[in-house]
Amino acid sequence: MDSLIVNVLTKNQDVLLKKWLIELEKTDITGHVKFAATPNMLRDTNEEFFRLLLKHISYNDISQDGSIERFFDQLLQTGLPVNYMTQGLQGMRRVILDVLLDDGSIDKEKAIELYNDIDRWLDPILNRVVENSAQIWEKTISIQKSALLELTAPLIPVFQQVSVMPLIGTIDTERAKLIMENLLDGVIKYRSEVVLIDITGVPVVDTMVAHHIIQAADAVRLLGSTCILVGIRPEIAQTIVSLGIDLTAFPTKSTLQKGMERALEITSQEIVRKED
Amino acid sequence: MDIQSCVEVRNEWDIVSARQLGRNMAKELGFGNVDQARITTAISELARNIYLYAGNGKICIQPIDQLGKKGLKIIALDSGPGIRDIRRVMEDGYTTSGGLGAGLPGVKRLMDEFSIESTVDVGTEINATKWLR
Repeated sequence: MDSLIVNVLTKNQDVLLKKWLIELEKTDITGHVKFAATPNMLRDTNEEFFRLLLKHISYNDISQDGSIERFFDQLLQTGLPVNYMTQGLQGMRRVILDVLLDDGSIDKEKAIELYNDIDRWLDPILNRVVENSAQIWEKTISIQKSALLELTAPLIPVFQQVSVMPLIGTIDTERAKLIMENLLDGVIKYRSEVVLIDITGVPVVDTMVAHHIIQAADAVRLLGSTCILVGIRPEIAQTIVSLGIDLTAFPTKSTLQKGMERALEITSQEIVRKED
Repeated sequence: MDIQSCVEVRNEWDIVSARQLGRNMAKELGFGNVDQARITTAISELARNIYLYAGNGKICIQPIDQLGKKGLKIIALDSGPGIRDIRRVMEDGYTTSGGLGAGLPGVKRLMDEFSIESTVDVGTEINATKWLR
């Protein structure tokens, strides 16, 4: 970096900071930055951000010691929108040019050269911000995806030969596949004679969901067991009828409790109250 | 003219967001539980058709108010391959993807008004309306 720029900037640090903060304030008003922290914390963060940027400009490159990365990581982890950083950097660019031209020690002809210099200085930082945040998001998404898969479709043995599979949430193609696998594996593993599929927690039963449930129940039937569909809410029952989905081949019950009673009946079991 | 809200349908999760948009708007308009379920299921079917057959398109949801008669209109738009034989897709049990073949005829039964326009190699537009009773 041109030593001239560095000198001017360090000399006008306070003006620079003040102008930059005003610039940041503007982005705040437009609602781009919704920072969920106290004003004090925001001020500290702003000043730290500024200090690091200035340090970066005077030492030309401090990305080696990782202090800028650490700062960005920290910011992103506190849930600060990436907008704050990109707008902050863009604001910095505007403010620096202002200050340099106002200083007077630099003529207008040199300004274009300066502009290029500043671009070269700020762009890598900007890239780093975007890269870092993209990485963090990707990581978060993949973690959540695997977390979602973990709670996807468990088959729970309840009584001898009776298991329950509670389904909660949206069923997509991937989940439907898992439901089928877990169901069939579980039926063999627990030697279930009756499996109850509970759809209380499924928000929408469209033809695709129904199709998958029918296929799963069919496969269970091929293994010699019985599948009972439970937890059908009244509004779901009406939409299933309107859609014209044929569920006559499967025993269905309105609640898990009723399904359980039927399952015990099929497996010739009984729950008996203990006599004192 | 009322405001439309649209959701682009490109993958399976967009079907969920289209559905959520529809459910929220239906709830706001004062539809009951059963009608909310009907509307969301219809959106689900239409959005899935877009995802399965056209690849991408959009679902628009629009509240309507005609001389005090209130309702909700679902518009499904895509520029996919189009439907060659509309009469057949409206038959129960007709499917080209191994599904149940209940989607479109089902939507027609779930909603109060239904119209479909499709040109081969140009695209498909489906309008479906549910009136508030």
